[in-house]
Amino acid sequence: MLKGKAFKFGDDISTDHIVPGRLLHLRSNLPELAKHVLEDADSTFARRVKKGDFVVGGKNFGLGSSREHAPLVIKMAGVSAILAKSVARIFFRNAINLGLPVLICDTESINDGDELEVDLKSGKVENLTNGAELSFNPIPEIMLAILNEGGLIPYIKKYQDFVV
Amino acid sequence: MGKTLAEKILSARSDEEARAGNIVVARLDLVFVQDSTGPLTLRQFNETGLNTIYNSARTVLFIDHSTPSPARELSNDHIFLRSFAEEKGAVLSDVGEGVCHQLVAESWAKPGDIIVGADSHTVTAGALGAFATGMGSTDIAIAMALGKTWLRVPETIRIIVRGRFARGVSAKDLILHLIGQIGADGATYMALEFSGETIATMPMSERLTIANMAVESGAKVGLFPSDSITEDYLRRQGRKEQYIPLSADPDASYESTIEIDAAQLEPTVAKPHTVDNIALARELAGVDIEQVFLGTCTNGRLDDIRIAASMLQGKKRHPHTRLVVAPASQKVLLAALAEGYITTLVESGATIVPPGCAACLGVHQGVLGDGESCLSTANRNFKGRMGNPEAFVYLASPATAAATAIRGKITDPREFL
Repeated sequence: MLKGKAFKFGDDISTDHIVPGRLLHLRSNLPELAKHVLEDADSTFARRVKKGDFVVGGKNFGLGSSREHAPLVIKMAGVSAILAKSVARIFFRNAINLGLPVLICDTESINDGDELEVDLKSGKVENLTNGAELSFNPIPEIMLAILNEGGLIPYIKKYQDFVV
Repeated sequence: MGKTLAEKILSARSDEEARAGNIVVARLDLVFVQDSTGPLTLRQFNETGLNTIYNSARTVLFIDHSTPSPARELSNDHIFLRSFAEEKGAVLSDVGEGVCHQLVAESWAKPGDIIVGADSHTVTAGALGAFATGMGSTDIAIAMALGKTWLRVPETIRIIVRGRFARGVSAKDLILHLIGQIGADGATYMALEFSGETIATMPMSERLTIANMAVESGAKVGLFPSDSITEDYLRRQGRKEQYIPLSADPDASYESTIEIDAAQLEPTVAKPHTVDNIALARELAGVDIEQVFLGTCTNGRLDDIRIAASMLQGKKRHPHTRLVVAPASQKVLLAALAEGYITTLVESGATIVPPGCAACLGVHQGVLGDGESCLSTANRNFKGRMGNPEAFVYLASPATAAATAIRGKITDPREFL
């Protein structure tokens, strides 16, 4: 069970919002890069986010570049899951490969600052602030297997191959 | 029932009956990274404990995103890539050789290939009939180690294009129009497959422009059939023997079909800050532009430079508008020099920067100032894209870029034809 506060963002949050190209020189200095997480969408986010909190997006979250640094710095910020109406393909794989859950659900009723409780097993999100209950789409089987191992590196270390 | 191009290629490379929605594990023909995603990929590769690259002769490390390096940290990333290539036997493409996707088209991609790269614009090679898709660093690290990856077989949206482009209109206007129509997530998880009489006669440089931007609609791949134009392109690159014809079965099953009449299209522009925020160039006439950028994996090829040079011949850029030109590869630069296009552009006031990606993603060589606007031939205009979240990026064709450079304001290129 995951529990934390929602940080609400709009539609089309791109990987440039999350880690812009002007910070390319920090990509091998992850602790420093992580201080800028989501800077171009909300410059106060990095300062306010706490361990266990949720990033809540609208449609097409994480579109754009393949840079895995985007979900990586969100994970490093302590975020326990990303909730969005829809998520871009590469970002989706990248987040799961890093062991960061991405949950597709209708985020319309979630407001910035709401307290959420997420049950990954039952696929339910409970909004403790307004009482609403949401369910998210099941994560595809192979991605769930990767997520359950904590990401693709531990998955491959265990199985040495893809088990489909 | 017949197969789409995506289903055909994935079936052949997985030895399974690949149908939309299935998960397959497919053999890879080319795996690559570039210098912004590469260092993380190589660290993840080292983390796996699998010490050997599965196919080092077809694993390429491109140094193109920050070239020549503007910062010590990036120079150190480059050292890491070079020493890894040396140690593991991977192929290195170093500073100045060009943008990875252009080099993949020139030297590596062939019809029927499966290509994965740690860069979202890996889709560019779909123009040659390759199932080419972008992935993140960890996926690519595993692809390097195992020589295979898992893929969900995508549903396909068929795009049928008929009719001839009007003068001043090109493939860039077509793909911007399409993305405006279906939206920046209109093809998420799906394949785009292009066909129709306009596609059948479309030169490779324009096919590459369209395939390149497939990802801006969310698509996993943007596929073109492999035909006589593909064969001719491979022949000119000295790779004629790699040609195989490839097309979808006539009875393939599609998610949907979109028909476009090329003759109806007009010069098109994507406004800040999303690629699907489309308008016609004439509707934006008069918008001040401080910088025009011609180049990138989208529109930095010889044909693009030729169009701009022919329009700028004997003219000057507007005194308030900088014109930055980045040929997509060394080969393109040499050909543009030989044809005299570079001389024409420099005489018109252009700044030529080395083959590479830097300006497009805001590393260096054209970072925008606060409140400035750039009209770019690239593929993305997200907030902050060209190095400054207080700046604005418009996307358009090389012809619209040249017209805009002359006037200093967004200009419909048909005014110069």
